[in-house]
Amino acid sequence: MKKSISNWGNYPVIQSNEQSFSLVSELEEKLSKSEEVIARGMGRCYGDASLAKNVFSTLKFNHLLGFDSSTGLIELEAGITLESILDFVVPQGWFLPVTPGTKYITVGGAIASDVHGKNHHVEGCFSKHVLEMDVMIASGEILTCSPTQNSDLFHATAGGMGLTGIITRVKFQLKKIETAYIKQKMIKAKNLNEIIELLDKYSSYTYSVAWIDCLKSGEGFGRSILMLGEHAKVEDLPESLQKSPLKLPKKKLLTLPFYLPSFLLNKLTVSIFNFLYYNKMFKREINNVISYEPFFYPLDAIQHWNRGYGKKGFVQYQFVLPLESREGLVEILKKISSNGHASFLAVLKIFGEDESLISFPMKGYTLALDLPVRKNLFPFLDELDELVLQYKGRIYLSKDARMQSKMFFETYPNAQKFVSILGKYNPSKFISLQSKRLQIKL
Amino acid sequence: MATTLILGANSDMGRALASKYASKGYDLLLAARNPNDLNSLQSDVSIRYNINCTTIAFDATKLESHIDFWKSLPTVPETSILVFGFMEENEKAVTDSSILLNTIQVNYTGAVSILNIISRTYKENKKGQIAGIASVAGLRGRGSNYIYGSAKAGLIAYLSGLRNELFKFGVQVTTVLPGFVYTKMTENLDLPAILTAQPMDVANSIYNALEKKQDIVYIKWFWKWIMLIIRLIPEGIFKKLSL
Repeated sequence: MKKSISNWGNYPVIQSNEQSFSLVSELEEKLSKSEEVIARGMGRCYGDASLAKNVFSTLKFNHLLGFDSSTGLIELEAGITLESILDFVVPQGWFLPVTPGTKYITVGGAIASDVHGKNHHVEGCFSKHVLEMDVMIASGEILTCSPTQNSDLFHATAGGMGLTGIITRVKFQLKKIETAYIKQKMIKAKNLNEIIELLDKYSSYTYSVAWIDCLKSGEGFGRSILMLGEHAKVEDLPESLQKSPLKLPKKKLLTLPFYLPSFLLNKLTVSIFNFLYYNKMFKREINNVISYEPFFYPLDAIQHWNRGYGKKGFVQYQFVLPLESREGLVEILKKISSNGHASFLAVLKIFGEDESLISFPMKGYTLALDLPVRKNLFPFLDELDELVLQYKGRIYLSKDARMQSKMFFETYPNAQKFVSILGKYNPSKFISLQSKRLQIKL
Repeated sequence: MATTLILGANSDMGRALASKYASKGYDLLLAARNPNDLNSLQSDVSIRYNINCTTIAFDATKLESHIDFWKSLPTVPETSILVFGFMEENEKAVTDSSILLNTIQVNYTGAVSILNIISRTYKENKKGQIAGIASVAGLRGRGSNYIYGSAKAGLIAYLSGLRNELFKFGVQVTTVLPGFVYTKMTENLDLPAILTAQPMDVANSIYNALEKKQDIVYIKWFWKWIMLIIRLIPEGIFKKLSL
């Protein structure tokens, strides 16, 4: 049956035939009867990466297959969500090695996007912690791959946007924690120069990220808040929490029940939002201990926050520029700020070294902005692409809904190599709207 | 710890029930035609909730195997939940006698056969809980789905009688009446989102109903009222409607 589906940005919306499976045998049977397929988990990529004529929902394929509480090795089916893993492993003293800003994604999605977290500069992307995985390729055959076995398939699947096949089984290494809390440090920065210096200065912190007010001009251009964190040890907790340091109290979620009209999101409201955020902090620096949820997933507390951008949806523009292109960062931010394309939040981070085939991160600065879809947005983003290209950067495919094919092939140095590996495992079965738009094919 | 038997554990509702009961600390006996299909579910609930979970082969249509199936269980489960069902398009069930027979055998004959065996033990032990998943389709025959509906109607009448008989012996029998549920069986139907439940809603309702010893439970409260209205429509009018 055809259904209307869209991913987190609510753009684009397409009619698609969605099927699900809870067993490998069901997947194999359904896959053999389908053409133009892509796997889809929670639909939390922003654009069109997990949209296709035929979508295979992995959400019923979500079983734990093995867990060793002494080593933190976990084995599972790819449709399991990070939330479901955390609920199970945190009370036993383990945490995800890498997590993006939402726990409402599947492990399959985490690998297909090769997600990064606030710790990328120290601990790399998600796939770095994957020991091995099974992938059902176009022929229906399941291949086990790892950095040493079928390594071309492994590296093409990590960050490969689902184009090598459907991940069925994943084995990865969790990270040991003493408590479910984070020792947090927040520092205000007056402007862009200051925040970049702070990011450099505090790069030894495991977790670091900055929220930037990108609409403020003049003196305070680039004013921001740096958020740093380390997993708290038992002795860091107040005495009342030390008895059960791995347990968190249950919280109710808020839901944004309907789409807000998009005119609300004009420059004014966003300026106010950013102003309030910045001025909530009276002191220059705050040190505290908070539970892991608000630290890693502040927006998960509001279900369907994407509806705040109205029915037309939004695009998240995330790019990375090499360290030496700092002036490019200033130029792009200035361009956005003067143009008045409002953004709720702009997130700045430093990436560490990253050798990969097709994953997004590379050593440098990455900035992510939410931009509501409206007239002139796409031509404006094409102009930004020009700057990103000029400064030798690139755009995150999981956020992308509109980039041009040429931009992709010019900015991802291994794109051709990736395409040739696809030829081996997926001649023509796994095709998404994104892979069509970017012309990722032989 | 108490044990729960789930008959038809490979269905979406069966899987949700397995997770629900395991999360409450129950050991599980999971039965399905092909027990290998239950391996990943078994591994998930045993690892996640640290309970004992056994998988067993069970075929609702092989009535002669039912006694041996029941005797072979490693323990007598305190709770038995009948989840299995079979639905094909009405037109196919009308024209193809094998589909017709399967609809009746899975939804009615097979269900009655295994519940007869289970209830005999429960009656002797003077304890036990049974829940049977029927369907609102069994409350009034509709032109679009009356083969499946009439088989489920039979099951509803059976469960009501069984409840009446076993009450004196302290055995609870609960009739579960789901409306629309998002499952693999309904994957190709265009269901109205507001009226449609998730398999986990069904599992939660059944668990709560058995805890409270409720006799009849609808999944999502409004179905009770929708079905009341549907049942109150005079036949003279009902026959003219396309439902």
